[in-house]
Amino acid sequence: MDLQIVMEYAPEIMTGVVITIKLVVVTMILGLLLAVPLALCRNSKSRWLSIPVYGYIYFFRGTPLLVQLFIIYYGFSQFESVRESFLWNFLADSYWCSIIAFTLNTAAYTAEILRGAIKSVPQGQIEAALSVGMSPVKLYTRIILPQAALIALPGYSNESVLMMKGTSLASTVALLEVTGITRNLIAETFMPVELFFLAGVIYMILSTIMIWGFKLIELSLSRFRTAG
Amino acid sequence: MFDLYGFGGALALGTWGTIKIMVYALGIGLVSGLFGAWAKLSGIRPFVWFTELWTLVIRGVPELILILFVYFGGSIVLGRFASFLGYDIYIEINPLLAAVVTLGIVFGAYATDVFRVSILAVPKGEIEAARSIGMKKIMVLRRILIPQIWRYALPGLGNLFMILQKDTALVSVIGLNELMRNTAQAVAFTKKPFVFYIAASLIYLAITTITTFILQVLEKRANRGVGRAS
Repeated sequence: MDLQIVMEYAPEIMTGVVITIKLVVVTMILGLLLAVPLALCRNSKSRWLSIPVYGYIYFFRGTPLLVQLFIIYYGFSQFESVRESFLWNFLADSYWCSIIAFTLNTAAYTAEILRGAIKSVPQGQIEAALSVGMSPVKLYTRIILPQAALIALPGYSNESVLMMKGTSLASTVALLEVTGITRNLIAETFMPVELFFLAGVIYMILSTIMIWGFKLIELSLSRFRTAG
Repeated sequence: MFDLYGFGGALALGTWGTIKIMVYALGIGLVSGLFGAWAKLSGIRPFVWFTELWTLVIRGVPELILILFVYFGGSIVLGRFASFLGYDIYIEINPLLAAVVTLGIVFGAYATDVFRVSILAVPKGEIEAARSIGMKKIMVLRRILIPQIWRYALPGLGNLFMILQKDTALVSVIGLNELMRNTAQAVAFTKKPFVFYIAASLIYLAITTITTFILQVLEKRANRGVGRAS
């Protein structure tokens, strides 16, 4: 192991860290915004809502993220109508295609985690809230979602780390995040051992920070935990 | 349903390649997972440290990096190790071996904890009871331990296998002829990316659906005669 090479190329790979973090943050925000309504639809009594959402979740959890990324990045270019529409501004750009693919993917997993968490809120509490005349919106924002969030947190933390690791796939559509820059540098220098080691350490640091962050959130939320 | 422009056979061949990778990696994963669980429970310091480091790395580093590292870095690392031992040889890494070993080791790292918890879940009293009526160690393993460990571990292993199945798509980056790569070749030839990537996704969906069904059957069998808490 030549540590001098590691030091020499570290600054260049660090420029990819910014892109990786951007991908993770944008995907997590959009994914969560999409997952909440999906989870509610999945729990809905109306078949018109629950079955299509089940199909969506089944597809995105049952196929590799790489195929999903390729369908969005390469697939839509097959249609001339897409290439001529405004959508092409996003679909021709590997950054936006990655964001779209990762968001749709993580939303499916997160919706499934949230669905279970929402179901685990005791029925008695819901009945009590309804019996004092709470509106459904208040019931969700004050009773169900805060408790469900706490139950969903460990699962969501795992999913977020997996998603962060998944952003490395953006390098297959030529996006220069950590993995993309590393692969380019290796093609130039042929130093795979040192440079992949460096990239691996960067990802390990990022995932450790994420895990700590979620532990902190869990700690600060646990004051809402009901006794018993 | 689909016009595959004569590439149906290539996709079928790729599917077969993907299934082979899954099965080989599963084998390596189960064996290394059992070794990891044994190492952690043995309490022997170097083994425990090794297993902790292994699971730490796998949890923190993307699978894509691991696959690329093993394939492109593996021969260099092995070469350096050989020259350290005083041999001057070049060791070529076969892509299939790199893919299967990497995916297997990823599976094994997560399976370590699944097995460890399952082993601990078997009540000690049952083992003592079996020994006290004169069962030999091998018989205790076969009749008491393995059926119960299997039952406790199966749901966790099933989830890991679903993840492994999807991770096989990543090995297309090192040029193995599996489903993703054969699909990409069909796309390069026909310029119909949407048709072929959708077709590939449906094949993956079929594989996961069949696996889910098999896992349900296995879990039912493993839980025969076990009372369920209502």
